[in-house]
Amino acid sequence: MSTPRWDDLRIEVIIGALLRTGVILAASVVLFGAVVYVAHHGREVVDYSTFHGEPEALRGVTGIVHGALHMSGRAIIQLGLLLLIATPVARVAFSAVAFALERDYLYVGITLFVLAVLLYSLLGSH
Amino acid sequence: MNILEFSALVATGSVLAGFLGALTGLGGGVVVVPMLALLFHVDIRYAIGASLVSVIATSSGAAAAYVREGYSNIRIGMFLETATTVGAIVGAAIAMHVSGNAIAIVFGVALLYSAYLSSRSRVEHGESLPPTKLATKFRLNGTYPTAEGIQSYNVRGVPSGYGLMFGAGVLSGLLGIGSGAIKVLAMDQAMTIPFKVSTTTSNFMIGVTAAASAGLYLKSGYIAPGVAMPVMLGVLAGSLIGARVLVKARVKVLRYVFAAVIVVLGFEMIFSGATGRL
Repeated sequence: MSTPRWDDLRIEVIIGALLRTGVILAASVVLFGAVVYVAHHGREVVDYSTFHGEPEALRGVTGIVHGALHMSGRAIIQLGLLLLIATPVARVAFSAVAFALERDYLYVGITLFVLAVLLYSLLGSH
Repeated sequence: MNILEFSALVATGSVLAGFLGALTGLGGGVVVVPMLALLFHVDIRYAIGASLVSVIATSSGAAAAYVREGYSNIRIGMFLETATTVGAIVGAAIAMHVSGNAIAIVFGVALLYSAYLSSRSRVEHGESLPPTKLATKFRLNGTYPTAEGIQSYNVRGVPSGYGLMFGAGVLSGLLGIGSGAIKVLAMDQAMTIPFKVSTTTSNFMIGVTAAASAGLYLKSGYIAPGVAMPVMLGVLAGSLIGARVLVKARVKVLRYVFAAVIVVLGFEMIFSGATGRL
């Protein structure tokens, strides 16, 4: 048999597996964080009726990773959510590579544009 | 309410929202935000942030199943995502500059509109009109499996579909919902893409659209882990259960029930927003 051809169906199958893995991983991390969070703070009273904005440590990648390494439940949940947000981004990044292998350069350009918008949202300064 | 009780109750409500959202095809996000805001008195900005991450979870989880069936068109999806992602960032930026009450009113109107869209009978588009120049240039025309074998379809109305998609992106970023109903409207009605291809490609796009605004929400401190955790896990679990029983359920009755719930929630959100109670 010849080498596998990069057709749309093959790409879609890989994308499906990528998305599933990302969601399972993210949900597992969130669940683990939930256990840590509830175990430590379960009896504390919550009130989300006024908006304060989350602390700086739970807003950025470095702060979240740092907090998660120190076993902060909230930071671990946030890390899981970050993985979840990264899943569609990874899907778009993979699509760019797949379109390049198909030599569809118009769609490489379109996909890179979408990727740039996503990265701007996630990493850009506002 | 302590954290344990809050998490358990919100998770239970989210399972139900995800379950009904999957059965009716309207998505869990449209119920989660009103539930959090009206029932649990969560600030609407936290509610939207939490809903947004649940939207990514359900879209990505379901897309994994759909893409294997060969219905979704990844070129149409990627092409239109250039409109939805930019729209989503615009929507998120608007959300950060207007009051929670204003967002609630827009949310209520969007709920009423999606209930209207889901109750309306769909206009069937005629078969195999020739493709337009733009559709051919962007290689949007495709094929999909039917009972009679592989069927090809042509895409039309690219500019109007693209415009609708931008609007769907703005609403998604502003309200934390998937805007699936408008995405399907844009593809199925404006672009004459077969319904099955439209719904699966729409679902495929929802995750990327939501991710575009979720990054902004996270960085601006709108995603509270204590709220997002039970919502994300609950909606994901509910939608997975919903997808399994979908085949057996009497969906038509459920759709009407769900549409009625959405209408009530829509009026409630508009009323709460207008009277400044949120």
